[in-house]
Amino acid sequence: MSSALEQMYQELILDHAKTPEGKGDPNAHPYTHHELNPSCGDEITVGVSVDDGRITGLAWEGQGCSISMSSASIMSGLLATSTRDEALARIGEFREMMRSRGAVEPSEALGDAAAFQNTAKYVMRVKCAMLAWVALEADLKESLAA
Amino acid sequence: MPAHLGAPLRRDFPFFQAHPSTAYLDTGATSQRPEAVIAAESAFVQRDYAAVHRGSSMATGEATWAFETAREKVARFVGAGEREIVWAQGATDALNMVSLGIADASMGLGDERFALREGDEIVVTEAEHHANLIPWQRLAAKTGAVLKWASVDERGLWTIEGLRDQVTPRTRLIAFSHVSNVTGQIAPVTDIVEIAHRVGALTVLDACQSVPHLPVDLAALGVDFAAFSAHKMLGPNGIGALFGRAELLDALPPARTGGSMIKVVSMQEATFLPAPNRFEAGTQPVSQAVGFAAAIDYLDGLGMDAVAAHEHEIGQSLVEEVVRIPGVRLVGPAPGSPRGALVSVIVDGVHAHDVGQFLDDRNITVRTGHHCAQPLHRALGVPSSTRASAGVYSTPDDAAAFGAALADVRAFFGADR
Repeated sequence: MSSALEQMYQELILDHAKTPEGKGDPNAHPYTHHELNPSCGDEITVGVSVDDGRITGLAWEGQGCSISMSSASIMSGLLATSTRDEALARIGEFREMMRSRGAVEPSEALGDAAAFQNTAKYVMRVKCAMLAWVALEADLKESLAA
Repeated sequence: MPAHLGAPLRRDFPFFQAHPSTAYLDTGATSQRPEAVIAAESAFVQRDYAAVHRGSSMATGEATWAFETAREKVARFVGAGEREIVWAQGATDALNMVSLGIADASMGLGDERFALREGDEIVVTEAEHHANLIPWQRLAAKTGAVLKWASVDERGLWTIEGLRDQVTPRTRLIAFSHVSNVTGQIAPVTDIVEIAHRVGALTVLDACQSVPHLPVDLAALGVDFAAFSAHKMLGPNGIGALFGRAELLDALPPARTGGSMIKVVSMQEATFLPAPNRFEAGTQPVSQAVGFAAAIDYLDGLGMDAVAAHEHEIGQSLVEEVVRIPGVRLVGPAPGSPRGALVSVIVDGVHAHDVGQFLDDRNITVRTGHHCAQPLHRALGVPSSTRASAGVYSTPDDAAAFGAALADVRAFFGADR
């Protein structure tokens, strides 16, 4: 096994993929979005409640590869009680890291999501890692407009 | 196994000079190109390039000669007459030319014999690549025809009986792949042609996974139309071929119109050239055609019987590797049954993208995903699978490396616990 593969599939990522956090009924929340990766069929729906500019509930459901599932799980843990502004900032930071092919160092604010820095080197897997984050971003933007 | 194929060929391919330890098992998606193909295209561009079928210069004559000689070579390779081969961007484009031409005829813009009416039927299989499904969905939607299909079983296989059951006197067209790009199932082409003839239906063959790998004689098979791509048979991308029986091609309305496909043009209307030129509006992929011909020369040099024998053995080796791994499900024909030189597998508890990443880390290049066959994967009960597909340069070592790596996948992802 190469170290590159082990850096990508760190224990943290594989653990989250096996026992994901934050799974639940997204439709229990007022804002939901569905994201699909047409190349592999991975899909995810993320639902959130927002009260007074703060996320008060977050649940997701979906199926997919270990990267998309662990990323949804880690995102849930990181952002489930954030303010909307913080969450949008973290999503932007995560996207910047994922699009950098591994060049952008994650800040401490990204927490365990920093583990996906190595995934960013694999262009074909960036969309897997982004799937849940894109859905949450759409939820939050919709809540802003509401 | 023919001794001149496999490992000894790798020196002909610059890709393997650059990646000597890669087991390239993704020829079903796109093939690597031998130096001879790259050099032929390059030499043409450097020395002989000029407008084709336009003007009167010597250079134009030379380029046109090269372009048309390439067509003759492709035609002969598949048992077709030279007027029966139309250049296309690829097989997808070729299949769309047929469906769009029939749509035009159905609107009264061309030969009545192609026109579809409400309640007419188009029959396909559930295993089709999207390129041989969506054009027929669109044609049905435009004309009011009904799209029907032979369903697949839990292995992804359809049967001739299942297909026959869908055919009625209203069936006007049957479209199917010669070799499935996911299961490797080989269609009984002449039996289907016979079923079609009984009801007067046209046949359209997706030959993308057969022409590069088997000796194929389209005239002997008796199909009306067929499509294949150069980039899956050691040639350049950006070019493929539509085969059509000459009297059909001369009558099918051209979906694309413009320069170089006309006889007489007035401000109100135009008349069109016979096939193949009536389908070749605009500037054609000339250097790609020259490269395509070089790929045919290369395959002819190997001998398609030898290619088929070599790839059959690699395909069977891949199957043997797969079936002895616990928790790995083989899609397609049972071990020992005929199949194209490819295997698709579903790894229990591990997503295909993760499987592919693991194999890639071992320098094994495979295809992961739904392989442009979502309905087939839905029938298999999974969103995606992992496919290893062989070519002329594939070796028994490639198959063994695939098996060895696949055997380690579930443990790495903890799916064996």
